[in-house]
Formats: sequence, structure tokens, C-alpha cells
Amino acid sequence: MYDVTIIGCGITGAAAAYELSKFRLSIAVLEKENDVACGTTKANSAIAHAGYDPRPGTKMARLNVLGSELMEGLCRRLNVGYERTGSLVLAFDGKGMKAIEELLDRGQKNGVRELEIISAERTLEMEPNINPGVLAALYAPTAAIIDPWGLCIALVSSAVVNGAALRLNAEVRAIERKEGYFRIETSSGAFETRRIVNASGAHSDKVSEMVTKPFFKIIPVKGEYFLLDKSQGGLVKRIIFQPPDEDGKGVLVAPTVHGNLIAGPTSERASDPEDISVTARGLEKVLNTAARSSGKIDFRESIRNFAGIRASAEIDDFILEISAPGFVNAAAIKSPGLTAAPAIGLEIVKLLHEDGLELIEKEYFREYRSETLFRDMSMEERSEALKREKRFGRVICRCETITEGDILAALKSPVPPVSIDGVKRRCRAGSGRCQGGFCGPRVHEILSRERGVRMEEICQYREGSFLLTGKTKEGGAI
Amino acid sequence: MKKLELERKKTDENGVSAVKELVCIMCPRGCRLKVDESKDYAVTGNACPRGAEYGRKEVTNPTRVVTSTVKVEGAVHARCPVKTDRDIPRPLVRKAVALLDGVVLKAPVRRGDKVVSDILGTGASFIATRNMEASE
Amino acid sequence: MTERYDVAVIGGGPAGMAAACSAYENGAEKIIVIERDREPGGILNQCIHSGFGLHYFKEELTGPEYAGRFEEMLGKTGARLMLDTMVLKVTQNREIHMMNPREGYSVISAGAVVLAMGCRERTRGAIGIPGTRPSGVFTAGAAQRYVNIEGFMVGRRAVILGSGDIGLIMARRLTLEGAEVLACIEIMPYSNGLARNIVQCLEDYGIPLYLSHTITEIMGKNRVEAVKVQRVDESLKPIPGTEMIFNCDTVLLSVGLIPENELTKEAGIKIDPRTKGPFVFENMETSAAGIFACGNVVHVHDLVDFVTAESKKAGEAAAKYAINGNSAAFNSDSKAIINGENIAYTVPQSIRTGNADKFAEVFFRVKRVFGDSAIEIKDGEKLLKSYKRQHMAPGEMERIIIPGDILLSASGSLTISAKEDEKL
Repeated sequence: MYDVTIIGCGITGAAAAYELSKFRLSIAVLEKENDVACGTTKANSAIAHAGYDPRPGTKMARLNVLGSELMEGLCRRLNVGYERTGSLVLAFDGKGMKAIEELLDRGQKNGVRELEIISAERTLEMEPNINPGVLAALYAPTAAIIDPWGLCIALVSSAVVNGAALRLNAEVRAIERKEGYFRIETSSGAFETRRIVNASGAHSDKVSEMVTKPFFKIIPVKGEYFLLDKSQGGLVKRIIFQPPDEDGKGVLVAPTVHGNLIAGPTSERASDPEDISVTARGLEKVLNTAARSSGKIDFRESIRNFAGIRASAEIDDFILEISAPGFVNAAAIKSPGLTAAPAIGLEIVKLLHEDGLELIEKEYFREYRSETLFRDMSMEERSEALKREKRFGRVICRCETITEGDILAALKSPVPPVSIDGVKRRCRAGSGRCQGGFCGPRVHEILSRERGVRMEEICQYREGSFLLTGKTKEGGAI
Repeated sequence: MKKLELERKKTDENGVSAVKELVCIMCPRGCRLKVDESKDYAVTGNACPRGAEYGRKEVTNPTRVVTSTVKVEGAVHARCPVKTDRDIPRPLVRKAVALLDGVVLKAPVRRGDKVVSDILGTGASFIATRNMEASE
Repeated sequence: MTERYDVAVIGGGPAGMAAACSAYENGAEKIIVIERDREPGGILNQCIHSGFGLHYFKEELTGPEYAGRFEEMLGKTGARLMLDTMVLKVTQNREIHMMNPREGYSVISAGAVVLAMGCRERTRGAIGIPGTRPSGVFTAGAAQRYVNIEGFMVGRRAVILGSGDIGLIMARRLTLEGAEVLACIEIMPYSNGLARNIVQCLEDYGIPLYLSHTITEIMGKNRVEAVKVQRVDESLKPIPGTEMIFNCDTVLLSVGLIPENELTKEAGIKIDPRTKGPFVFENMETSAAGIFACGNVVHVHDLVDFVTAESKKAGEAAAKYAINGNSAAFNSDSKAIINGENIAYTVPQSIRTGNADKFAEVFFRVKRVFGDSAIEIKDGEKLLKSYKRQHMAPGEMERIIIPGDILLSASGSLTISAKEDEKL
């Protein structure tokens, strides 16, 4: 019997697990996929928003601003990529001017610090590669770029190190309310728990309905992105937005903590919560809209296109509440959900406490610091690492300079990867310009060897995404 | 729907094939050859004698050098590349490759080592095309 | 103390090995070849098909045989072959920073450096194919490694996108290993592969080649389940109403190769945006004195024989530079080669006449397919020389020899162009 079971291990579930693991509780985290951070957490703008977008008075506004404040310290403690770049919302016309003034007003009401509207001249001085037709910009120095899946992995790893149980491949099928506890039926067995946190992202309406009456509906909204080579990474230094439209915050252009350039997202109603396909129309829209922010982006340097699902709901706020005794919903966590995550984690603890959960802080809580990649180590750290493990000297991913030692470290971490993409999310092997063309087979081999699993069974990402269909020389020629 | 047909038959009004067109592959120049079956396989369009020879042979008796791999044990890699030491008739290619399924080499292997002799009575052999050292 | 070499070659593929052998033949004594893989030979090791060596060895070899011969030649030079070693940085003063599991991090210096890092494949992300992102989408080269070196099958029903040579070769390979190859899809109205490969890899096995078509959607939740293919118009846009669905579990991408010049760029060496390789002079010297480049790192070749020839040139020049330092010829008058009509790029991009008094060799690619045609060399409007061709295509590299007297007679630059031959 668990005290608390969290359903879903995206950034929200991981943040909840992290905060809860500071207390003397038995915690389980259920994840339907074979790894954490597989939904919205792996496919978003990778931004910590300053907090001028949400309507004042909403949970979104409060948690965004608080999350933004907590984010830097959290990322530093967990050794996760974070860079306070600041953001600019560019105005190109009268409508845009009105929009940024409105955002300034909202931001001030929300308590965003250091927000100001700056002249075109100053904007272009700060960002010489943007569209010179800019009239003015809203400058938010507190906005930051972050590593979303890195943060999610570090948060849940911390929880695991402090005793939380992570159950992968455990898709929730039914929840039965018993006398003072719940019985959760999953694809890999049943679990009993006193309380539940529903953090199942795009599926959170379905999970909620297993316990409560239907009272909200998730509307999956798809956002398509371009990720560009590091050759484009230095084009802008800050997150460049255009004024929001009815579809959301619009297409942004930003550097990533890994040195690439990201452009996106679109905003299209998706047919289902798992629809992460990219479309010719969507990509073209990103291309054309981003070109308005900067005409200098070379889209031929694209290394990947992807799409993510935002779990929106009819109401324009997070659904973060005790929806039934023992059942906390953390649903409809759309943008700025990533930014708000550190605050949402705290909020969930508060809600559980209100529901009667007894909280006794652990005397010994240990944070899990993500591994530093060999390439990012100091010279002394590198020679130490090489003494410890010779295979830090073997570069596997040449685009990102990732060594076999880095991959082995990921495989020995508290939440080890099982797939090629899992390795990529932990140590960046395969995330460079050749997209695993060279290192894919090598990573595959290492995964197979270290996990003691046949090559044919290793997947690209989730179950069923196998890479190999058998061996050669097994009677195929005739 | 446009499909490239490099080796298409030109037919006369009676539907009888007269001239075969093909691209010479003897060098990168890629001469467009015409082989006239009714004129004792006379070749035109070739820039050198090798083209004439190729054109005639490709129409009358096409042959191929066949390359593939075989299993190898005790080496750093799981497969050793092989080839036929001379070209074999094109219709035999699949059957020839099928002969390799049961072969398992043991490292070390030297380049030129015979892997399968007298493939399907052609006199050609499959030979290893690289050295494979024994791994520790 | 950093160890000093006469010539350091980065990359132990066909280009690097040929450059090292040639450096040795031209007097360099202390030579090192640094290779990131665990064996030399580069991509040739997985190119088990034949068709290599017709020009250089005058016989038809497979990739491993071609590589094996050079490995043996290299062995006789006494050059040091550093395997499993990644070069992390090259500087303009010819220091090389590298790393491997045995020695860790080390730095050497060299009298001359030859860059021979090869190229990489363009990926799905680079060309932006819409659809889901299931497994089963491979670059042709990655699939080739799985099949030929490791002995694994990458799929059962495949569609090949792009008619590059590796894709064509893999169509045959997969077929002979029991997979079904449904089609080869090429967006251009002509094939990018060698005619030989179209005939022997597609035609022989009845695999259709769809020219002026492209994949417009990849479908499948976990593994590829199907692809949508559409015909494209002259501006390469898909034409509605021409959709075809191929049920397949695998997509191989053979959509181009890109010279791998991250080290080159970091060293501040000038890159030609057309080739995506370093700008080179007649002897394969880059914009950095004493740093040479050859093979696919300079421009993507179709034939390894040409890689060898180019690399021998680079190796020779590197040896001379290491022995003599900067000679007068290196600083002589240079004539830029201007890409005229229908020329996609040339290598070299500039010729120093002091180094090419007898002749200069120029490689280039045309922008479209030509039948009977002429290549012209002009000095401004003045025609200096013309060369006849019966056939030219973007997929086939062209080579011309410019006589020394013509080079010297040009005032400042030479323009190369291609056109249909009017006299025929």
C-alpha cells in the first residue's frame, strides 16, 4: 500500500514525486511508457516563461511566476541545463504595440520582475539578427531556456534515490475506490494506494473519470517545431516571441541550452492525444512565421522536426485541485506548465496535506545531480574520469562529442534508459546533426551489451519501435 | 506515373521486338546503346569496343559479379564479406546467394580464402574479400 | 612536450590512407593517421559490393578489397595508425588535439596536416518529411552497416527515398537478404546514382524507380507502417491527386551526403558554401597554409578512384610542405575558377600557376542533365578551350585538364560553363 501514487511521469508527475520524496511517505510513480518524459515534456519550446502571458488571478499566473523564480536554483542543484537568457516580444505594427503594452500590464499584475518595453534601437542592439522592421519589444530578463527532459529525469531520479518506486510500462486501466484506499489496475499489475495524483497530461481527463464524474475535457493541441543545427544556434541570444494570437503564444525563435536553435510551435487542434505527426503545412507555417522574427534563419540547417501535444482544456487555467477525497488532479497543465512545474510540485504537496496527508520531513533527503558530460568537464575532472573509466576516452557520438563513458554513466543512473532515444535524452548521443546516423548502431550495441538484451529487442523509443527484424543469412535469397 | 525503363523494348507494328536500348555501364560515361537483335545483335551508340561487347553480352547472356556476406565466428564483426571470383549468369544470382546461408567461417580469415567452390556448376567460387583477425 | 610529425592525416578511410601513402612516397618520414573507428577503411568496409578500383587498380574490386590493399600499402610506409581515436580540435598552427581510451587526451603537432574526415548522410530532419516519427527510418549508410557488418536485417518491406548510390546498392542487398523493396523514389526528374547501379540494383530485381516523386508522409505509430508518395511538379511541389500508398515497415534515406567539416570550421578554414567543404587550391591546400584536404571532406565523390587520385595529390603536397616549408610556388599568382552557367561547383576553387605550370586538373558537377554538350573555359568573354561530352549529369562528377599555357594566358580568373553542343 502506497501513501501516494502519481499517475504519469512527465514534468508534473516528476515534480510532484520530487517534492513528496522529501517526506516520510511511500510513493509510487506509474508511467505508461518505457521511460519518463515521453509526452509533452519531451516536445515543447524548452522555455521558462517570465509570466506575463497568463491572465492575472489565475493559478497559471501565480504558479508561472513562482516556478520561474524557483527554476534556476532547482536546475543548478540538479545539474540541469538552465540559462537565463531573457525574452523579447517583438511588435511590428500598431496591433503589436497594443499587445505588448497589454502584456506588460498583465506581467506587472502577475508580479513579473524587471519587465519593460524597450525601443527598436535597443532591441536591435541586443539582437542584431532580428527583423529590422521591429517597432518596440517587451523585454523580460527573467525568462530562461532550460532542458525539460533533463529536469524531469533529474526530478524523478531524486525521488527514486529517496525511495520512490517508479513503475514503467504501467498504463492505468481502471481505478477502484475501496475503503480508505484505491486499487489501481495497470497494464503491469495492480497497486493499492491511499491517495492519487493525476498527472497524466493529455490523458488526464480519462484518468480523472475513473474516479470523479466527468467535469473537464482535454483538448489536445499540437505544436510543430524545427530544430536547427548549432550553426544557427548563435543567431539570437534571447527567446524571441511575436505578440500572442488566439492560438497561443505564437511562433518563437530561441537558442536551446544545447546550442541549437528552435523555431515553433504551431497550434492546431489534434485528432488524438497521441498525434505527434508533423505536417507540410505546419512546418511551412513555422518557417514563414519565424522568418518574420528573423530573416536570417537558414532552414536548410534543420536537423529535426517534431511535434508535441499541449493538454489544454476548455477553461483557461490549470486544473489543480482535490477533485475527490484522496484524489488530486494536476490536469490541463498546458503552457506554462513546464515553467510552473517546480511550483506545481509544491502545490500538489499542499493539496495532499489539505486532504489529510500527514507530512513528516525526512532527516536525510538527497538530491540527485545529473551526470556532467565528459565534454563539459574541466581538464582535472576529465583526467579523473578517465582514470575511473577508460571508456570516457572513446567518442561514440561525434556530432555532440559524447563518449562511451557518458553512455555507461547514463545506463548506471537511478532511472536508466532502455531505448536509443532514452540514451539520447540522458546524454545527447544521437541528438546532433547526423541524428544518430553514425552513432545509432554503436549506441544500440552498447545498450544491448550492458542491458544483456538481444539487439533485435532494443527499441528506438517505446515498445514496438524495434529497429531490427532479424539476422541476415537466414534463408532470404530465394 | 513515370517509371524509368532503361532497358525497354522498342517494338515494331507487329509487336515484335527489334532493338533493345540499354545504358552501357562499363564506365561512368553511360553511353546509350542500341542492340539490334535482328542484325546479329549489332551494337550502336557505343563510344568504345567495350560498349559493343557489353551490349551484346547484356542482351544475350547477362552476367554479374555477386557480393554478399557469410557468418564468421571469433572475429570482431559477425559477418565477413564475400564475392564471386568471376561473374556468373544473372539468372543464377539468387540461388548462388542462397548457398551462403549455411556457411560459417572461423576467424582468422584471409582475403581471397575460398568460401564456396564451383557455385552451381559455374566454376566460379565465393571468396572472402577482407581479412578478419581472430578476436581475443 | 607535444610529439611532432611530418604529416598528420585525420581520417583513415580511402582518402586518408592514400594521402599518407603518397606523403611517404614524397619523402615525409614521420607520418600519423588518426582514425575514429576501430579499424581503418572508413565507409569502404561496409561497401561490400564491387565496382571500386577500375581506374586506379585497373580491376574491379569490392570496397573491403580496395581498403585492404591500401591498408597493406600503408603498413609498408611505417606510418603510425592510431585507431579508435577522435580528433577534437585542429589549429591553424597545425596542432591536433585527440582522445582515445588508451592514452586519454593528447596533443601532437605536425609539419603538414591532411584533413580526410569524409562525409555524413543527410537525414530525415534535414529534408523535413512530414508524418509520424516511428522507428524503421534509416539512412541508407546506417542500414548498410547493420546489414553488412553486423549481420542484422533492418526490415522486411522497404521503400527507398532518393536514388543515391548507397540507396540503390541497399535495394539490391535487402532484396538478396529476403526483404521486399517496393520502390525507389526520386524527387528529381533524373537519378542521382550511377547508371550501373540503376541497372544492376533496381532493374535486375524489378524494383521500380519513380522519378519526380517524393514521400509526402510517413505513417506508423511505433514502427513504420506505410508511406505516402506523390508526384512533384517542376518546382518540386507535390501534386494533389497523385497519392500512392506503399505499405512498408522500413524507409531508407539516400538523399545526399554532406562533407563533415566541423573540425575545419572550428579551425577557421574557409568553407565553400557550394561544396560545403573547404575551399582548396590546385594541390588541395586549404585557406590555412600547410593544411590540406582530400576526399569526401572536400566534395562528395561518386568514385573512390577519384578520391584516391585527389588524396595522392594532397599527400604529395603535404609532404613537400612539411619538408620545404612554404615554397615560392605556393605564393604564386592565383587564378580563381568562376562557376559559369550550369556549373554547380568546382574543385579546386582557385589555381596557383606556380604550382600548375604544366596543367591543372579541375573536377566539377553540372546542374542538370546534358546530352551532346560542351564544357567551355573562358577568360571573360574570350573562349580559351572547350571540351566535348556526350552525356553529363549532376550525379556524375566531371573532370577536365587545363593545359598550363592556357592557365598562364588567362588574365585573372577562368570561367567554366556547360552548354548543349550547337554543332550537332
